[in-house]
Amino acid sequence: MEKKSLRKAFGEFLIEIGERDPRVVALAADLAKSTYTEMFKEKFPDRHFEFGIQEQNMMGVAAGLASTGKIPFASTFAVFAAGRAYDQVRLSIAYARFNVKIVATHAGLATGEDGASHQMTEDMALMGAIPGMVVLTASDYYSAKAVLRAAYEYDGPVYVRLIRPSAPVIYDSSLKFEIGDIIEIKKGKDVAIASCGFTVHESLKAAEILERKGVSVGVYDFLTVKPLKTDHLQMFKKYRALVTVEDHVKWGGLGSNLVAALGEAGINLSTRIIAVNDVFGRSGSPEELYRYYGLDAFSIVAKVEEILG
Amino acid sequence: MSTNCDFEKLREIAHDVRVDIIKMIYYAGSGHPGGSLSLVEIMVYLYWCVLKHDPDNPDWEERDRFVLSKGHAAPVLYSVLARRGYFPHEDLWSLRKINSHLQGHPARTETPGVEASTGSLGQGFSVALGMALGLKLDKKDSRVYVALGDGEIDEGQVWEAAMSAAHYKADNLTAILDFNTLQIDGEIFEVMNSSPIDEKFKAFGWATKTINGHNLEEIRDAFEWAKSVKGKPQLIIAHTIKGKGISFMENKVEWHGKAPNGEQFKEAMQELGVEIPDESI
Repeated sequence: MEKKSLRKAFGEFLIEIGERDPRVVALAADLAKSTYTEMFKEKFPDRHFEFGIQEQNMMGVAAGLASTGKIPFASTFAVFAAGRAYDQVRLSIAYARFNVKIVATHAGLATGEDGASHQMTEDMALMGAIPGMVVLTASDYYSAKAVLRAAYEYDGPVYVRLIRPSAPVIYDSSLKFEIGDIIEIKKGKDVAIASCGFTVHESLKAAEILERKGVSVGVYDFLTVKPLKTDHLQMFKKYRALVTVEDHVKWGGLGSNLVAALGEAGINLSTRIIAVNDVFGRSGSPEELYRYYGLDAFSIVAKVEEILG
Repeated sequence: MSTNCDFEKLREIAHDVRVDIIKMIYYAGSGHPGGSLSLVEIMVYLYWCVLKHDPDNPDWEERDRFVLSKGHAAPVLYSVLARRGYFPHEDLWSLRKINSHLQGHPARTETPGVEASTGSLGQGFSVALGMALGLKLDKKDSRVYVALGDGEIDEGQVWEAAMSAAHYKADNLTAILDFNTLQIDGEIFEVMNSSPIDEKFKAFGWATKTINGHNLEEIRDAFEWAKSVKGKPQLIIAHTIKGKGISFMENKVEWHGKAPNGEQFKEAMQELGVEIPDESI
């Protein structure tokens, strides 16, 4: 299957939108090459701000730029965007409700060989906990473009979670996305698998295996992790069980938030959460790490079989 | 802009702002008098004689901007904003109370005229720099002013902002350091030796000027100097007295963050020459 880079999607998107809207500016913290904002820099040097290794300052400056009517896209690795600069994102951006887009690349164990220091598995919990912050994810090149467009069109702070590796293409350029949307990639009858980001691909593989075993599985891509809207959750009513899968810690991620939201929406079904279970990551390839931490297709299959009894 | 820069008039306003600060904090039962009182003359001069702004249109695109990075000095900011007409003066007595738009620390979404949400130190400096860069990008001649505490400069973010402001030659950015020499745990150089401040900022690429932050002539000259500097951001190091104007609060670290009791309130008001009927205490 064709693989394409989500980060490159971000770089291309910035140029597309930057050409049409002079309010769009980009901010980098010595990772312009890795986050692909360098493409924007070459095209619009005056509208690209490099901060060296100053993530905290970069987030504050993004808030100030928004104050003058700009639409800043501040980009760095997830561990620095959500972790290092948490307080700046919280107070300078979100509490002040400045229209800043935080685009975090290198989220989760999928970052791979750099190890736990660079594998941000807590960012959805941290960013999701901030009042008013929208949290979006992407599983492939086209969904990255779609969520970035929605982030741009929305007036308010947004956290966009991207991954380092290139990913198999699931969608095409016709994908329509609005904040709140959850994409049904595959319809099913028995079990729903809810996932986001890179683990969507493991979920699709698991669904294929399960179908061969006679289990009808629906696969859902949570491009929106926050807000989870009650209306959008009704489609899970028809299932007997739901398994969530994410490259993120169990507490405060997609699974725990979705299970809580289903409960509040009065949708009762058996649930299991597959996530990083209260441990830090370690060095290895994304594939090895997903096996090691139980986020791979076979672990998902086992969990689905367990829940179906 | 310069509606009335007569120093006699400004001194009267500064006196009234001090009365506001003490009353607000007394009625709130908490707050930060010391670092609010030390900034009074600077804030009055800024809001009456320096800033290009329109209280009837707080979002006016051509405005100059002021950011209170030392957000705990919110009372002095609220007093000058009310006195310039951003909101009714009587709102001041609701400081820190439920349903008030006057939060314990400045909140952009709550209070007209507040440009940034601050209170976690160091952050307002970066926000102010972002404003300065945005204004430059739009080729506007508006300027940005930011007030920093002398304890605040312990924060690493302050030095990130200082380094990048000089890197981007943000000469439309003026920082005012409220150099009152006290932070919560004591004398600033004993708590954390940030000395020499002047040389550090110079080494980071800033133009600096040291003044007496209670002297209106020196404040005026410093702001005029700041506007004349090209190619560099400017730092005005303003020597001030924490608790200035209330004898028992002056240079006393204990008055960083507490409200006066009834007796102390009466004494402070007496010193400011304001009659307060006993029943209102």
